[in-house]
Amino acid sequence: MKYLEEYREAQLVRGVIDEIRRTVTRPWVMMEICGGQTHSIIRHGLDQLLPAEIELAHGPGCPVCVTPLELIDKALAIAAQPGVIFTSYGDMLRVPGSERDLFSVRATGGDVRVVYSPLDALKIAQQNPDKQVVFFAIGFETTAPANVMSVRQARALGLKNFSILVSHVRVPPAMHAILSAPHNRVQGFLLAGHVCAVMGYWEYPPLATKYGVPMAVAGFEPLDLAQGILQTARMLEAGRVEVENAYARLVSFEGNRPAQQIIGQVFEECDRKWRGIGLIPNSGWRLRPEYEAFNAENRFDVAQIQSEESPLCIAGLVLQGLKKPHECAAFGQPCTPETPLGATMVSSEGACAAYYRYKRSD
Amino acid sequence: MGIENGPVCPLPLPHMERIVMGHGSGGKMSHDLVARLFLPYFDNPVLRQGDDAGAINLGNDQRLAISTDSHVVKPLFFPGGDIGRLAVCGTVNDVAMLGAQPACLSAGFILEEGLEMGVLERVLASMQAAAQEAGVQIVTGDTKVVERGKADGLYINTTGVGVIPTGRQIGGAQARPGDAVILSGPIGDHGMAVLAARGELGFELDVQSDVAPLNHLIAAMLESGAQIHVLRDPTRGGLATTLNEIAMQSGVSILLQEGSIPVRPQVAAVCEALGFDPLYVANEGKLVALLPAQEAGRALEAMRRTRYGEGAALIGQALADSPGRVLMKTRLGSTRVVDRLAGELLPRIC
Repeated sequence: MKYLEEYREAQLVRGVIDEIRRTVTRPWVMMEICGGQTHSIIRHGLDQLLPAEIELAHGPGCPVCVTPLELIDKALAIAAQPGVIFTSYGDMLRVPGSERDLFSVRATGGDVRVVYSPLDALKIAQQNPDKQVVFFAIGFETTAPANVMSVRQARALGLKNFSILVSHVRVPPAMHAILSAPHNRVQGFLLAGHVCAVMGYWEYPPLATKYGVPMAVAGFEPLDLAQGILQTARMLEAGRVEVENAYARLVSFEGNRPAQQIIGQVFEECDRKWRGIGLIPNSGWRLRPEYEAFNAENRFDVAQIQSEESPLCIAGLVLQGLKKPHECAAFGQPCTPETPLGATMVSSEGACAAYYRYKRSD
Repeated sequence: MGIENGPVCPLPLPHMERIVMGHGSGGKMSHDLVARLFLPYFDNPVLRQGDDAGAINLGNDQRLAISTDSHVVKPLFFPGGDIGRLAVCGTVNDVAMLGAQPACLSAGFILEEGLEMGVLERVLASMQAAAQEAGVQIVTGDTKVVERGKADGLYINTTGVGVIPTGRQIGGAQARPGDAVILSGPIGDHGMAVLAARGELGFELDVQSDVAPLNHLIAAMLESGAQIHVLRDPTRGGLATTLNEIAMQSGVSILLQEGSIPVRPQVAAVCEALGFDPLYVANEGKLVALLPAQEAGRALEAMRRTRYGEGAALIGQALADSPGRVLMKTRLGSTRVVDRLAGELLPRIC
């Protein structure tokens, strides 16, 4: 298939991996930020081919995994109300809140629907004027443009029955948190290609310089990832601290400026809790005051819901790249995708789910 | 900053209290539901075999294969098929997977108040055409009507029976180490065709459901003289789930070659875009067969001469180590686990 098979071509990938092997002279820890990249690495078995010197730490870039428990509980409370159609990306239905998940809400009469885009949720709102339609707007920078467009269009259409429950997070503050943590092991980063397609990579050089950590923008196919690893390894070996672009077919330095502008018109920065990690300053987006009417938290009076997470698994350490999923005592038994103990096992982008699906050796 | 403040995690949700959609996925949740609730009540040696059809001893060296299947699908009509064709083929195939020639079917209809008579007639005509193609007759039936809103137009249950000839031992537990694993054609067509027909994707997809009766294909395989150990149709839960079931039933592992599994480019593309893996997408006109490696060529030749086996391919082999496990050699040459489907198949966020 065009633009897919080519980037999975075994001979090409092996060529780049041979080059990585020739490049590295000592051990390096690199982190791929994005959960989609983690899954691609494990699914294609790229990690098995890398020289032992390269250790890939799996980052917190799974939007489903890091959505805080509190937001899930708010979503569940809203979805259970009569007269509400609660719409969400599919992955979120499996994530447990304090007591139940969206599947359970649906099984007890809640109208919970999977949509492929927030604009589909908007359509549902237009078709159901007597219902309140809520979209669970989670995600990193990648999903932000579509999510803000839904609110802008709802305002333009004068829709009174549409709102979004926002739990947006941003990559650079999370990297800052990882790099400034006392136990940090990460020496180089593979930046998330889809995030950078929207945002460009102009935010990253200051981070690289501040912490002395080289970075390469990387895509999601084996060849893209191998190329990102090679460029990062070359910088590490040469002692260069720069931000390079190994995904130039999709990513430019500036990124998608119109998309960034629209995001800035609807969202403003805020502190945000990350599940498994805790509060990271300025790491989130929320609706600007002029769009506050579309904030589901206000419309449904769930702002008072507060949830405490219990320390049962090591998802937090996995999300920070300090532990690998199979180092958890609960991994595989009792923690599985059907009975997840942690969000990293729930999401199709979660590191534990990737290990469980592709790498179990029990 | 809290980032060094260790782990946090929610409690597990096993969904033991109420039925959720995942229990109907055909994956591990469905399997566990049957094992935990149904088997303890209905337990008997035939049921315990765990095949798609039960095989009952008739006392004269012959065995009777019997299978039942309820069909619910939205929309009722989709490219390549409809609920009627599905209801006939699904049960014909389940009976045929034990090596039996399906003889006859029953059909039970749950009709929703308000269903257009013309729609029902189209479904019945389609059932008759599929039955004729398979060479079976529908010999008994039932109709019930439920209030508007209590069913999606109509549901159909079919039961099929067929005689397993003397000496034929085909079943999920019959795989042997060294067996070749054969697939009858490209995977994922049915699941993606139905998904696209719901009109929620926002784009057109040029793919037809593969729903088809496979009994003639199986007859051709048997006539080739190949000693078939296992036959199964990878319906809900997809190829990955079916192979895991076989690996567990037979106590073998299965090693797949990623590059050899046929997937149509358009199915691969849309799966990629939505975050589905074709290995878990439903098929309604495909089968997997396990048989001695030296007989694989003969079976493949016979399959490729039939209408529903043109795309047949050798996709892997059964091994003795790691019993119950399905593994895949990736295109890059690495090895990874291929798990069963867990619960509901969900599209991913981005």
